[in-house]
Amino acid sequence: MARTPLVFGLGLAVALLVGWVAFPRVLYVQRHQPLEFRHKTHAEKSGIVQCSECHAFRDDGTFAGIPSIAICTACHSERIGTTNAEATLVENYIKPGQETPWLVYARQPANVWFPHAVHVQRAALECRECHSPYGESDEVRIYQLNRVSGYSRDIWGPSISRLRRAPHEGMKMSDCEDCHRRRNVEVGCIGCHQ
Amino acid sequence: MSARYGMVIDLDRCTGCGACMMACAAENNVPPVPRATPRTGLTPMLVRKVSNGGEGVDRREVFIPIMCMHCERETPCVGVCPQQAVEVDKATGIVMQMPQRCLGCRYCMTACPYHARYFNWWDPQWPAGMEKALNPGVAVRMRGVVEKCNLCHARLHSATQKAAATGKREINPADYVPACVEACPTAAIRFGNLADKHDPLSLEVRSPDTFRFLTRLGTEPKVYYKSKEAWVRALAESNSGSGVETKRG
Ligand code: HEC
Ligand code: HEC
Ligand code: HEC
Ligand code: HEC
Ligand code: HEC
Repeated sequence: MARTPLVFGLGLAVALLVGWVAFPRVLYVQRHQPLEFRHKTHAEKSGIVQCSECHAFRDDGTFAGIPSIAICTACHSERIGTTNAEATLVENYIKPGQETPWLVYARQPANVWFPHAVHVQRAALECRECHSPYGESDEVRIYQLNRVSGYSRDIWGPSISRLRRAPHEGMKMSDCEDCHRRRNVEVGCIGCHQ
Repeated sequence: MSARYGMVIDLDRCTGCGACMMACAAENNVPPVPRATPRTGLTPMLVRKVSNGGEGVDRREVFIPIMCMHCERETPCVGVCPQQAVEVDKATGIVMQMPQRCLGCRYCMTACPYHARYFNWWDPQWPAGMEKALNPGVAVRMRGVVEKCNLCHARLHSATQKAAATGKREINPADYVPACVEACPTAAIRFGNLADKHDPLSLEVRSPDTFRFLTRLGTEPKVYYKSKEAWVRALAESNSGSGVETKRG
């Protein structure tokens, strides 16, 4: 009988450890990006100042997203630096004319419709409000894939408890709606879903 | 000011060619269902053939394209949904179906007076190569959910996005035209914003030849029909399915 609190405490500790520490490790698989691309190098050395030179909007308002290899070729048709990453880019992708298979951290499920034009061009939101300051960072992040849903970890956010330290952590439906509520934006189901 | 999108379908112009059905299926990633019977197919847009029941020289026939009528009031499918997967969109008046949230109970199909809702009895299967030609703006539905006409909302999305790129909130009406309207070779299907007094459609719905089906239910459909033939207009309140043949594509 005297052992009951001990067993209970131990059981609780094990359960918490499994839930909060082991589970996330099992749930997510780590994937590396195909290239060590650095935003910071490009901001400092390439002379490109605006994100939109690579992450462009087309005339019809669609967002090109991650730039195609044609944009990289403009500067990297031959090696201009000494890094291995650049060699990989030139040899594996630019010379054979292949697109780089980037993993998209922010990728939403197929039934979600997200318009960058509305948020960036009309509402003038900054990229970092949703994407963290990743666009100024000095490294490519490791991409984490949820084994169950097949979605990127960025949708749920880094914290399993969903207690957010910064507003850009996680982009579930409730996170889209949180910001919309704060800014008095009303969107019906059909507005965000396709 | 929110929009109220609607249609007028001119039955005197409809030749029953079925181009609207094909265009609808292509736009909305509706899979072909070879195993389907007339009760289990997927036809968000369906051209039905109806006759006046006469014989010989007295016989008259009309083709009636049937789709979701986007009922404005007391929308029958909304109230019965236990999932809140159906909603009359405030901004557009589109009665939208959210297959993602649907649990497949099919109450809405029973409730719909127009039989304009369809159930996915099978997982979608595309003929080889066709999955590459799917519309990326419309998510493919899975087995076990209900679907119907969402008034080509992917086209509304594109129009919204295009307007936003120039900082505008109002879309250009020319950018938002549903696939069936675009495909109709005789321009029998007309589309517009009924909330806009200057839209030609707002005038057309007031013509004496224009009618709606089953108005006695009080659901205020936003899809209107038009015919100069009195017997066709008389079909509007008829209950009987006699003389109705279903054309399937
Ligand atoms: C305007 C010219 C320009 C464009 C366009 C450009 N780069 Fe670069 N890139 C540079 C410069 C300059 C460096 C620095 C080279 C060095 O000193 O090592 C660089 C370096 C790199 C490197 C080496 C690692 C690092 O520091 O980032 C990679 C990888 C790279 N670029 C990938 C890309 C890819 C992928 C694209 C297309 C999306 C691209 N670059 C487009 C100019 C450009
Ligand atoms: C030289 C071209 C280039 C420029 C300039 C550039 N980017 Fe990128 N960006 C890329 C490439 C290539 C990737 C894909 C690799 C990666 O994820 O790091 C990327 C990825 C991203 C991503 C990750 C998207 C995701 O979810 O996977 C964000 C966010 C981003 N960029 C923001 C920015 C911002 C903000 C700026 C301006 C401050 C910027 N980028 C400038 C080329 C560029
Ligand atoms: C309101 C939040 C928000 C803002 C602001 C925002 N993004 Fe995004 N971004 C997203 C979401 C959500 C996605 C995923 C879209 C999807 O999967 O359909 C995304 C996707 C992307 C991608 C990957 C797209 C792809 O398909 O390859 C890039 C690159 C990107 N954003 C860059 C940017 C840049 C650069 C800016 C600033 C000009 C920016 N974003 C502003 C939310 C935002
Ligand atoms: C940081 C705040 C913020 C976040 C996060 C955000 N939005 Fe928005 N969204 C806005 C604002 C502000 C507007 C209104 C823009 C305007 O009307 O000018 C808006 C408008 C929209 C619209 C309306 C377009 C129209 O006019 O019909 C859609 C759709 C939308 N957001 C989808 C999303 C989705 C999907 C997500 C999550 C993946 C998301 N948003 C996350 C701020 C945000
Ligand atoms: C502000 C944009 C927004 C609005 C409005 C919105 N959703 Fe979502 N919804 C999302 C995003 C983003 C996701 C994907 C991320 C996630 O799983 O939370 C999602 C996911 C879902 C899912 C889970 C789908 C899956 O495959 O896991 C369902 C169900 C859903 N939404 C139903 C609805 C219904 C019903 C409405 C209307 C009452 C609605 N949504 C309105 C943005 C929105």
